[in-house]
Amino acid sequence: MLPEALSARSPRVIAVAVFMLLLAAVPLISGAIGQSYYVTLVTRILIFGLAAASLNLVLGYGGLVSFGHALYLGIGAYSVGILSFHGVSNGWIHLVVTLALSALVSFLTGLVCMRTSGIAFIMITLAFAQMFYFLGVSLKQYGGDDGLTIAQRSDFGPLFSIHGNTGLYYLALGLVAATLYLSWRFVHARFGRLLLGTKSNLRRMRALGFPVLRYQVAAYVISGCICGVAGLLLANFTNFASPAYMYWTVSGDLIVMVILGGIATIMGPLVGAAVYVILETVLSAYTQHWMVILGPVIVLIALLANRGLYGLLLARESSDPGNSAP
Amino acid sequence: MSAPILSTRGLTKRFGGLLVSDCLDFDVIPGELHAVIGPNGAGKTTLINQLIGELAPDAGTIEFEGRDITALPTYRRSLLGISRSYQITSVFPDFTALENVALAAQAHDGHSFGSWRPVSREERLVRPALAALEEVGLSAKKDACAAELAHGEHRQLELAMALVSRPKVLLLDEPMAGMGGLESESMIRLLASLKGRFTVVLVEHDMDVVFALADRITVLVYGKTIASGSPGAIRASIEVKRAYLGERYASG
Repeated sequence: MLPEALSARSPRVIAVAVFMLLLAAVPLISGAIGQSYYVTLVTRILIFGLAAASLNLVLGYGGLVSFGHALYLGIGAYSVGILSFHGVSNGWIHLVVTLALSALVSFLTGLVCMRTSGIAFIMITLAFAQMFYFLGVSLKQYGGDDGLTIAQRSDFGPLFSIHGNTGLYYLALGLVAATLYLSWRFVHARFGRLLLGTKSNLRRMRALGFPVLRYQVAAYVISGCICGVAGLLLANFTNFASPAYMYWTVSGDLIVMVILGGIATIMGPLVGAAVYVILETVLSAYTQHWMVILGPVIVLIALLANRGLYGLLLARESSDPGNSAP
Repeated sequence: MSAPILSTRGLTKRFGGLLVSDCLDFDVIPGELHAVIGPNGAGKTTLINQLIGELAPDAGTIEFEGRDITALPTYRRSLLGISRSYQITSVFPDFTALENVALAAQAHDGHSFGSWRPVSREERLVRPALAALEEVGLSAKKDACAAELAHGEHRQLELAMALVSRPKVLLLDEPMAGMGGLESESMIRLLASLKGRFTVVLVEHDMDVVFALADRITVLVYGKTIASGSPGAIRASIEVKRAYLGERYASG
């Protein structure tokens, strides 16, 4: 039984829709109160929420602990950075290059990674990400260690513009909404069921007749492409592409967001990204040792709620006898 | 006797120094219920694991419908029509009983890419899954989470998952393992109802069940076939073995 409701009329789906509408109102509200800072904060949440949601597809539903998803943030960011550096500012080209590179890298590394499992899988995904981190550092003509400043944001032509912060915000929100909606459809459809099956009992899946490798690699490629797009947004958000985006601690942050918010839940990664980014922002205003406080909070949530913060909500709902929606 | 649908020749498997399949020649005739008996450690489950492809033999060949499948991966054998159940329940605990069987049906219904329809509304999967649950007598529990089912119900679910694809050969590894008296009685009735409709390889400890159900019996000891034939012939042969080799070989 999945924790996610199937019916579009279930109270939780309505609550999620209201939440997304509130997100859509953030630029209006922050404009009204004259605090444009909130748009920036929530954009950051949305970008990391998108990356965490992509990770959740393989980590949460496939049981594949990728400790190298920051690699795809880097691919997206450098696609924008390097193309802009050479005067190509067309956003659609940025997008196509990001998707093509993410798909290629995730396909090739995925084929290798899926031969392993458990700790070996974690280590090998980490190793691939670190390889690209050092590749970024070694690109001296593109700033090397210091990263690459992006003079102008991706230009998506007359249809919409992300040169302003509001435009970027709505692009990020649209992509997050689309990703979450498709994830929701995905987990109930054949591919999603199959992926959940491989997470739960790989041996039985093979005996049932599933060629599991191709599906696991496919899920990994889809996940890599979405995370690459998050990288594209991140570069436009910071006007910067840096090897630091690919550093292993970023991959770790993404895993923490997924677990914090609720692993294998649709909304969990976004909730996790929000809590993580907000705590980071609030706590780092008081002390630079903010990790000392955030660490125990994460441990506490991991111990108390096995499906994270969003999972706590699900548990409350399913223990309520008046609501037996699956 | 018609040509075997599934057969092994010289099948050999070693675990370190231990010979668990010792040059096995094993034939399954279409339509028969072929029981494999033998004491613990005789290599019965190892034989099943090699037939489905979860273990690769060290030597020998496996043929299915006249085709050498020794090197085929497990999923390909399953798609050809060899289906198995596990001695230790191996289901998807987070899925409901119906979802478990629907997933099994999905494996044999083309690729799983591209469809966005919720599986629970896919008639092509739900209808056969419901029929298989009905067949094993688990319809009442179709919406129960597999993790919450009783042991006997797990055994029924195992069987439904193996049956739903209408396999050409059904490999059943101790379907009654750990069952109580009443539960095993209904499982025996279920196995009897499969007889004639499916080609079945049945690994089972309970001699009464085996002699009541089987068309043919193969006796394995230390990875070797020591006897193979009709229940009557095996019974006679066991009497002989008991007389010469003592209780241990005879009791199985």
